[in-house]
Parts: sequence; structure tokens; C-alpha cells
Amino acid sequence: MKERAEHFWWDLARRLLRRPVAVVSLFFIAALVLVAIFASFLAPANPNQQELLSRLAPPGSPSDFTRTGTFILGSDQVGRDILSRILYGSRISLAVGLVAVSIELFLGTLMGALAGYFGGWVDTAIMRLADIMFAFPSLLFAIAVMYALGPSLFNVFVALGVTGWAGLARLVRGEVLRLKTQEFVEAAKAAGSTHGRLILKHILPNAVAPLIVAATLGIPGAIMGEAALSFLGLGVQPPTPSWGSMIYEARSYIRVAPWFSIWPGLAIMATVFAFNLLGDALRDILDPRLRQ
Amino acid sequence: MLRYAIRRLLWAIPVLVGVTLVTFILLHIVPGDPALNMLGEHPDPQTVEKLRRQLGLDRPLPQQYWDFLSHAAVGDLGTSYYRKVPVTQLIAQRFPVTATIALSAMAVGAALGLSTGILAGVRHRTFWDTGSMAVALAFISAPIFWTALLAQLLLGFRWGILPISGWEGPIYVVMPALVLGTRYAASIARYTRSSLLEVIRQDYIRTARAKGLGERVIIYRHTLKNALIPVVTIMGLELGGLLTGSILTETIFGIPGLGLLTLDALTSRDMPLVQGTVVFTAFVFVISNLVVDLSYAWLNPRIRYA
Repeated sequence: MKERAEHFWWDLARRLLRRPVAVVSLFFIAALVLVAIFASFLAPANPNQQELLSRLAPPGSPSDFTRTGTFILGSDQVGRDILSRILYGSRISLAVGLVAVSIELFLGTLMGALAGYFGGWVDTAIMRLADIMFAFPSLLFAIAVMYALGPSLFNVFVALGVTGWAGLARLVRGEVLRLKTQEFVEAAKAAGSTHGRLILKHILPNAVAPLIVAATLGIPGAIMGEAALSFLGLGVQPPTPSWGSMIYEARSYIRVAPWFSIWPGLAIMATVFAFNLLGDALRDILDPRLRQ
Repeated sequence: MLRYAIRRLLWAIPVLVGVTLVTFILLHIVPGDPALNMLGEHPDPQTVEKLRRQLGLDRPLPQQYWDFLSHAAVGDLGTSYYRKVPVTQLIAQRFPVTATIALSAMAVGAALGLSTGILAGVRHRTFWDTGSMAVALAFISAPIFWTALLAQLLLGFRWGILPISGWEGPIYVVMPALVLGTRYAASIARYTRSSLLEVIRQDYIRTARAKGLGERVIIYRHTLKNALIPVVTIMGLELGGLLTGSILTETIFGIPGLGLLTLDALTSRDMPLVQGTVVFTAFVFVISNLVVDLSYAWLNPRIRYA
């Protein structure tokens, strides 16, 4: 069993590395993770330091406090270095992608596994709740949760995490229903496995492929969600740099300082693009229907 | 078919009741007293008490919920705290605006998305395919509020072709419809392409080729018909998203639609208005998904009898 699991991951890595597009997106994501970790070394300035005499300076303008002596990507409305804020902003986006999707995965897997495994009223109750979640447009629900809980990074995790579980629950439930009647599960049951052991050791490991795809494609959704919440002023609070809140601040200066909006938007687009490419590649590899 | 339709229609009722309950609970987690909010700083306690009674906030929560539900069932969503106007009247004013933009965006999206998707599918593995799919993914990856800002910058400020924001005539529809429309065109193009490629691999297309039909006939007469069924579904689902996802675009373009109304209601903690707009939005969403499901079942008999 363990050997088979190892084989799965090696096989996945091998197939992934054969696709140039996947390799490029993996490189980009790895670089982004490094940027997030080492932002304090890489950033030419403290992201919150203001130079009030050089507000909205165009890219390349001289600066007194950045290490390069210039605002490489320009400065914002209070004279902070946009490049440094974008580098630090990667922390928020990646954290949201990771944490919100983990919450989604945990809730979705738990609910889906319970519904599929136990069936009956448990199934009915959980899936009806999922139906209700589906009736809310996801952004609207996240906005309402943010209003209820108040704006903060932690609440962004919660709002985006609780919004997305229903889709995953449906997916996991379907997988569990398919797997629970298979012989190896019946055999484990006959050998005296407990419910928990059956679900965790025998059923879920075999449902991992569609979950990887769903999780990878969930990350760009969460990053966009955070950006949208921050753009509405409901997300991460100032002065913490987040790409969405930078665009929120830049909005009023679109005419006089377009770079202020353009750079953080490009950062979001490139990141989301990379995760989408990776997700598409994983789906092509892991979805048996597409494997020809 | 009729039985399937009725079953789905009946199921929408408990879902909507669930939506009202979840919204109600969310609104009541919010700390603070709406009556206090309305009266500003240092109000007289007696006035607060009077207002609370007037608004029905002195009653226990389950009863407040029941009052809302029983009134909503007969089409009465209450009266806005601040605007002093029935919520249904506000929704009736705002919804047509949102619907106009959504439908125009849908038109842009369908025209652009279908043609791009078909082109990419037919020219599979050529420059056209890769190039158009990269552009489509870029549009999907860009936040809608950012593309909206760029459109304002280029089409509005720089080139002066279109008005930047507001809602004063038909020309004001164009920019939001373009911004939303290209975003939806991108996802429609992706679905159209992959659906087309799936159908092209089928045996009956091979047969059509084998009997010597021209490529044009194969694509337009035999492939597209079947390939577009799932695309129609996606377009329907996206329409629901367009109708409800208007919060961001309406904020940027200053359009007095349902999305902006919802956001205003949330900001001012206007409980009946929040409750009303959220429930109405979910209602539209559920109904459009229902129509999509039914049309899919109608187009594809295999679903109906499952």
C-alpha cells in the first residue's frame, strides 16, 4: 500500500515535469514562495515607510530611503515604495491561498466523507446544507461574513474557507460513494476496521487525485477572493500591504498615477495565471476521462 | 420531464428558506444594535427603546425570523430603515439596471467566446489555439475590478471613447458590458474548445470523415450541434453569476444596480434591506440554475431519467 502511494507521487511528478507549461508555472510559484519568505531581504525598502515629498512618483523616480535610490515601480499616495509593497503583499496572497483552501479542504472532505460514508439522514442533512451554500453567490456570502465578523486577515481566511466547502463536499461524497462498495474496502471492513480507519486509511487515500486538482484550482479562487474583499475595504487592514488593498487605494489615482494600479493587478494576474496553468495540467494528468 | 421539473421547482423552496435563515443568523452575529446605529451618538435611552419596539427588535429572535419569513412568503420584504421605502420597491428599481448590464455582457461574451472557442478547437494545436487560450486564461486570471480600472484608464481617460462612470443613457452600458463580457467570453471560449475537442474524437465524426464529408460540413453540421449542449449550460450558469456578481463592477462604474444597493445596505447595517437584497439575489441565482438544469435535461435525455 505504501509503495503504491509513493508510486502515485513519483508518477505524478514525472508526468508533470514532462509538460513545459507545468514546469514554468511551478517555477513561478516556487519563486513566489521564496519572495514571500525573503521579502524583508529582497524589498528595497520598508513597505510602510513614507516619503511624503515624493507621493505618486512615477517608476524610476529618485528616492531617499530605498536601497536602490529609486522607486523602481513608482511610489503610492503617501510615498511608499510600490515594489516593496508588492513583494510583501505576496505573503498575504499566498497565505490566503494556502489557509483558505486548507479550511475548504478540511470542511469539504469531512462533510463529504460523512455524507457519502454514512448515507441516510446524515447524507441528506449535509447535502441540503450544501445546496443552501450553493444558492449564495460566493462573493456575496464572503462579503456578508466579513461584515458579520469584521475586517481582518484571520476573518478573510474564515470567510473564504467557509464559502467554498460545498463544492468539495459534493466531490468527496461522490468519490466515497464510488469507493465504499469496492472489494478492498469490504475486505478491510470484514477484517474489523473501525469507521474512522476505513474512511481515513482506505477510502480517502484513493480519492486523493480529484482533491489535488480541486485544491490547486481553489487557490487562485481564494487569492481572487481576498483581492476582491480587500478591494472593497473589507479585507486586510492598512497599512499591511495586500495586492487587493493596493488597488483599492490606487483606484482614485488611476488617471494621474496609473502605475499604482497596474503593478499590483499584474501581480495578482500572474499569480492566479500560474496556479490556473498548474491546475489545468494536473487535471489533464489526473482526470482519467481526459487520459487518452 | 414535467415530473422532474416539478420536483426541482419544489426543492427550490426549502433551499430559499435555508438561505433566509443563514442570512438572518449572519446578520445577527454582527455586534451592535441597529436602533443605536440609526440614532447616532448619545441617544436618549427612551427613544432607543421606542425605536427598537417600532422596528420589532425587542421581540425574541425566533419570532423576528418568523415575522420576516411569513411576510416574505407573501412578497413583503419589509421597509428599509434608512430609506423608509419598501424593500421590494427598491429592488424593483435596481434590478432592471443590473439585468441590462448582465444581458449585454452575456451577448458580448457569447459572440466573442463562441467564435474564439470554435476557432481554437478547429485549429487545434496551432498558434491560434495556443494564443487564444493563453489570452483567455489571462482574462480569467485578471481581477474584474482591475480590468475595469484599465478600461476606464484607456477607453475613458486616454482615448475618450466612452464615459468613465455613471448611469445616464445607453452609452453607459457599453464599458461595463465590455469588461464583464470579455471575462465571460474567456470562460465560454475555454468550454467551447474543450467540448468541441471531445466531440471531434467520437466515432460518428470519424464515420463522417470516412465517408468523405468535407471538414466544413463535419464541423458545422455534426460537431457543433452536440458540442454546444454543455456550453449552453455553462452560459446559463454564468448568467446567474453575472446577475449576482455585479457588486464589484457596479462599485467601480458607479452604476445604481442591485449589487451597489446590497453593498450600501451592508455598510449602513440596514437589516431589512440586506435581508431582502441577499434573499432576492439568491432567488435569482436559484431560479437561473433551475432553468439551466431543466434546459439541460431537455437537451440531454440521459439526465432526465437518471
